[in-house]
Amino acid sequence: MAGLPDLPLFPERASAAAGQVDTLFFVLLGVTGTVGALVVCVLIFFCVKYRRRSERDVPPRVSNKLLEIGWTVAPLFVFVVLYVWGVNTYFRVLSQPRDALEINVVAKQWMWKFQHPEGQREIDELHIPVGRPVKLVMASQDVIHSFFVPDFRLHRDVLPHRYTEIWFVPTKVGQYHLFCSQYCGTQHSGMTGTVFVMEPQDYQRWLNESAQGSLASRGQALFRKLACNTCHTGDSQARAPMLEGLFGTPVYLQSGETAVADENYLRESIVDPRAKVVAGFQPIMPTFQNQLDEEQVLELIAYIKSLKREREQIPTVSSPAGPQPSPVGDAVRQSESGGQQK
Amino acid sequence: MSAESVTNAGPVGAEPRNYLNESYGVRSWLLTTDHKRIALLYMVSLTLMFVIGGLMAVLMRLELLTPQGDLFTSDTYNKLFTLHGVIMVWFFLIPSIPAVLGNFFVPLMIGAKDLAFPRLNLLSWYIYVFGALFTFYVVVSGGVDTGWTFYTPFSTDASQTHVVSTTLGIFILGFSSILTGLNFIVTIHRMRAPGLTWFRLPLFIWSIYATSIILVLATPVLAAVLMLVTIERLFHIGIFDPTMGGDPLLYQHLFWFYSHPAVYIMILPGMGVVSELVTCYSRKRIFGYNFVCYATLGIAFLGFLVWGHHMFVAGISVYAAMTFSILSYLVAIPSAIKVFNWTATLYKGSISFKTPMLYALGFIGLFTVGGLTGLFLAALGLDIHVHDTYFVIAHFHYIMVGGMVMAYFGGLHFWWPKMTGRMYPEGWGKLAALVVFIGFNLTFFPQFILGYLGMPRRYHAYAPEFQVLNVMSTAGASILGVGYLLPLIYLLWSLRYGKRAGPNPWLATGLEWTTPSPPPKENFEVTPAVNEEPYNYSEFLPKVFAAEEVEVG
Repeated sequence: MAGLPDLPLFPERASAAAGQVDTLFFVLLGVTGTVGALVVCVLIFFCVKYRRRSERDVPPRVSNKLLEIGWTVAPLFVFVVLYVWGVNTYFRVLSQPRDALEINVVAKQWMWKFQHPEGQREIDELHIPVGRPVKLVMASQDVIHSFFVPDFRLHRDVLPHRYTEIWFVPTKVGQYHLFCSQYCGTQHSGMTGTVFVMEPQDYQRWLNESAQGSLASRGQALFRKLACNTCHTGDSQARAPMLEGLFGTPVYLQSGETAVADENYLRESIVDPRAKVVAGFQPIMPTFQNQLDEEQVLELIAYIKSLKREREQIPTVSSPAGPQPSPVGDAVRQSESGGQQK
Repeated sequence: MSAESVTNAGPVGAEPRNYLNESYGVRSWLLTTDHKRIALLYMVSLTLMFVIGGLMAVLMRLELLTPQGDLFTSDTYNKLFTLHGVIMVWFFLIPSIPAVLGNFFVPLMIGAKDLAFPRLNLLSWYIYVFGALFTFYVVVSGGVDTGWTFYTPFSTDASQTHVVSTTLGIFILGFSSILTGLNFIVTIHRMRAPGLTWFRLPLFIWSIYATSIILVLATPVLAAVLMLVTIERLFHIGIFDPTMGGDPLLYQHLFWFYSHPAVYIMILPGMGVVSELVTCYSRKRIFGYNFVCYATLGIAFLGFLVWGHHMFVAGISVYAAMTFSILSYLVAIPSAIKVFNWTATLYKGSISFKTPMLYALGFIGLFTVGGLTGLFLAALGLDIHVHDTYFVIAHFHYIMVGGMVMAYFGGLHFWWPKMTGRMYPEGWGKLAALVVFIGFNLTFFPQFILGYLGMPRRYHAYAPEFQVLNVMSTAGASILGVGYLLPLIYLLWSLRYGKRAGPNPWLATGLEWTTPSPPPKENFEVTPAVNEEPYNYSEFLPKVFAAEEVEVG
């Protein structure tokens, strides 16, 4: 075989979703291939059979309303089936698995940065264990990028100032292309990387070799450095909501609305604290918009996620029935409220 | 239309007065209000843009011969595909059939002397040229690298190139589109010949009518969104850039609200041309005339409701994605109806394979492939894989180049005798159509495979395993290039040396074939009257043959 050029015609199937996407592809190929081949065959057949034999040919008039209605309604049925199949695959591929390994992704012109929960960081390389669901929480530092691993059959845009998520279960040990597929400037085609899918024990070994202190612990250090703990003291008399056990719970807002404290909510509360003020608190927190990069925000969020509720008897921090705001006079002492070190 | 007016004998002796020899000189062309002359002005300018945009495609295909980015820098490559897109979409495809064939034949096909607003028509051409000058300025001053889609915040914040000049050029061009659309709508409503009711109109008129409605309704949204990009870029007012409080997805919604209907602006006129060609060369009334009319309007309407399918992986909600997916399937139904009707028109016909018919048959085949692969992209579960890959590139080039450009060339050959009074050389015409068909498929079919393998679009350098398919694509592009050069040469040649054409060389029905080739300035010597349905070949042809026999006898 030497000398023959490398000509792959079908991508590797390396994630749990790949099989489902491929099935959908082959269903569509089968249906559209049949219809397309039929149209072309009939076209060619008519062209041969009814070619002009004499310049004096006068063809008859032909019409058939039933046929018209038939081929209007028939595609409708076929399309509804294909649509439902497509939606079904979409839901199955995108439904969040339990116990996923969470990895943070920051995209910037023109590189991919990854942060593992135990703190390992890598650039343009992503090491993950085979067989375990992986969830990526992604943000862009500048323009829109898109995370695309063809062999996983997955694609998701990475937006600035917002988290998007993607999940997958790698099923095959190996190395796979990672592409940025949303045009992002000069080195767009250079914004590629490699996903290393490893046996769990190999992954563990890799983790140990590249340990750097966990993400949450880096977040904790940053939390202290920024003096967040001046207000977020964690007790019911604090000027700021308690963060312990906050992640994933509903938050009652000043506006009367309710929000869920997910990654996007936490991110917004850090960079734009006044957008959603928790009921019962004054809008005294300063913005950290220009002081933190996306990786640091993700570290803070990892720290907040790691904070578990210790004293169960305390009522929900954020419910309107919960702790009342501190004296109004505190609001004027904003200089102490954060952003400064003691 | 009377049978007597239809004869194939060329004129003898001195050429009769027509729109071409009526007056001479540069002024008589640049200040003309004759829709036929304006159509030719458009034809010359569009051909120039097509050649420039095509050259950029050639350079891109050359770069992609090898996986390394070794011919150009990545900045140059990014500028090439951006300008290729901008020029081909706005300065060629959108105006192509409406501004050239529509301008020339809408009045002729409805029995009118000119468009409703002849001076507005000339102004539209000047606006087009003014918009094109901006684009030329961008080309010579260093280019633009945002992609033709101008996605924010890249276009408003990150790009260091001439974004504002480009968006202003397109903004200006938009007025040309709107005014042309308006002109057609009024003309078709108000200036039809006596007896020419709506359901006696040729399908080309229906498609131009539907296209004009989209042009008038959608183009203002494009103008608005490009103006917002310009404002954000120049004055740093946060509209789309999230660091200033904007929303980048808002841009995509607005942009595709225009740019998806724009796809139908590009393809509907092509469908209209194909309906004319298929009926003429099979000598049959179109199968299911009313269904094709309604399908045309259905596409124009549904086309406004599917823009979200460009954003399935951009971060829109699952339910929005589901809605846009089903609507995208629905918009495919009227297109399917048309393909079935064209095919059924051939049944029991008398088919001759002149050059325009070869283009029409090519259109049906390639448009079918392009349309069916659209179903892949509309399927949510599959789009998450093929989105923004070469699969998308192949899909829309099958529609735009395999469909629209084929239809444009088919229409150009079909009506060439009417426009110029000369026949094109048939042998060369057939050869070129065949070369285009082969070159096209070799260029774009491998890109479907590349896309499923995962090669992203807009890549200057790519993974080495994609090379063989890319080499095939580049080889195809060089054949396609020859296919497009041939007509340029022999059509120009035919202006001087082509056989003289009679008023109706194809024995076609339709008012435009009842007047001499080329037509006189006022189109018709006597205002025609219509008392029958279109494409009535079964009654029209016996009359023609009887008249010929009388002549001979």
